[in-house]
Amino acid sequence: MSYNEIVIAGFGGQGVMSIGTTMAEAAMSEGLNVSWLPSYGPEMRGGTANCNVVISDGEIISPIVLEPSELIAMNLPSLDKFESAVKPGGLILVNESIIERKVERNDVRAVYVPSQEIAAELGNLRVANMVMLGAFIEATKLLKFETVVDMLRNIFTGKKANLVEINEVALQRGADCVNV
Amino acid sequence: MSKELWKGNEAIAEAAIRAGCRCYFGYPITPQSEIPEYMSLHMPKAGGVFLQSESEVAAINMVYGATGAGARVMTSSSSPGVSLKQEGISYMCGAELPGVIVNVMRGGPGLGTIQPAQGDYFQATRGGGHGDYRLIVFAPANIQEVVDLMQEAFDLADKYRMPVMMLLDGMIGQMMEPVEWKRPAIAPEDLPEKPWATTGTKNKRLPNIINSLFIDPDACNQHNIRLEEKYARVTESEQRYETNDTEDAEVIFVAFGTPARLARAAVRLLAEDGIKAGVFRPITVWPYPYDALYKIAAQDSVKAVVTVEMNTGQMIDDVRIAVKGARPVSFVGSAGGIIPTPYEVAEAAKKALGR
Repeated sequence: MSYNEIVIAGFGGQGVMSIGTTMAEAAMSEGLNVSWLPSYGPEMRGGTANCNVVISDGEIISPIVLEPSELIAMNLPSLDKFESAVKPGGLILVNESIIERKVERNDVRAVYVPSQEIAAELGNLRVANMVMLGAFIEATKLLKFETVVDMLRNIFTGKKANLVEINEVALQRGADCVNV
Repeated sequence: MSKELWKGNEAIAEAAIRAGCRCYFGYPITPQSEIPEYMSLHMPKAGGVFLQSESEVAAINMVYGATGAGARVMTSSSSPGVSLKQEGISYMCGAELPGVIVNVMRGGPGLGTIQPAQGDYFQATRGGGHGDYRLIVFAPANIQEVVDLMQEAFDLADKYRMPVMMLLDGMIGQMMEPVEWKRPAIAPEDLPEKPWATTGTKNKRLPNIINSLFIDPDACNQHNIRLEEKYARVTESEQRYETNDTEDAEVIFVAFGTPARLARAAVRLLAEDGIKAGVFRPITVWPYPYDALYKIAAQDSVKAVVTVEMNTGQMIDDVRIAVKGARPVSFVGSAGGIIPTPYEVAEAAKKALGR
């Protein structure tokens, strides 16, 4: 049975919640069971935010993630807070653009992604979270890229249809950061 | 039918509309504000009424008025707001009016915190308003169950002419899970008639009167006897619960809502240590499934019963009533918006077993 418990954390406004909902939505459409649990509180843009996503081909017992199998750290406070909680053998994706330090543990796999530089190169800073998602998918093989791209086609229609391509490229550029 | 990813609060609102509810009165409060938000957008589209009242007290009295006129009505709030609604709930019970009240609980007492809690168990099951009355109280543990029970909540409210409460914690309101809409949406005109409602006589019948005042004590006594008979029928017919891994278990966790999920995670941790544990989860916390719990707790294999709650120990009273001293009953939990971990729950079981 696969059972992935993922924490995605960063500043409010970095698209942390939407990485999680995209992941959950994609996993659900691939026939997996999912749950998505946000932190909520008197928080706003610039504050810290995180969400827990559980993806399994079996029953999901608790939606609360205490020991993530995968962590996406979008900023330093998130890496500081969650690094020690990651399961041995787990994965930490680091947003290298604003996190200057390396992962200190050596019993986990660390992948560094300069998500904001890549997004800037692509001409839209808002796709930085899709870069991280692309790296996540490549590193875990938990989801299919096609599933996410199909979802993007359903979300961005009409005048926004041109956003599909840049998001798709962002996913791919994120994937390229992973040394398989 | 395909699955859709829904946030708990929005799923509650959509389920209500699908159940034929066409009147929503409420006032925003975290962690349930997505309910009025969703209603404000979708209730008008369904041809219904969304009204943000000036207060929770006003909202529950609007519910009283609209349900008296025969509409399917709901209101929602979180703990402090539900406290404000208690007078209206008592009046609805006195006047035998249906209606659905959603409480997405947060930490208390007072203003407390906006984080999830279950400190309103006594209020929901013992009555926070005055007089002898009861509510049917559903305590779902996942969003699919929330959706399935919402329809049932409206149906039972109409059937017994009494308010039904959906008692959730903030976590279920805020999280997202896949939902399958199992039942077709109901149009209000297809619902059973309410011959008691104050819909206008059109000079064809005597007026219907909706009232909770019985000034003559004999009449008031008779009214209470009749209500008690109704509550006895509900107790007989409407108990719901779920069990997981209870067969041959050494320790039984009893929990409702989110803590039931934590307890199931604890069951897996205990299995690693060779301890067999199971979970009894009441889905109705009133009427409480006392007999069903007794049968599980009094099995030969069971050495201890542990209740898990996000409060300082409220449902444990009902668990003790159910278990009747047949097994030791202990408590683990935390209040004020802190969610106990499966590790703490598993430790409590070991302690109860003397290990």
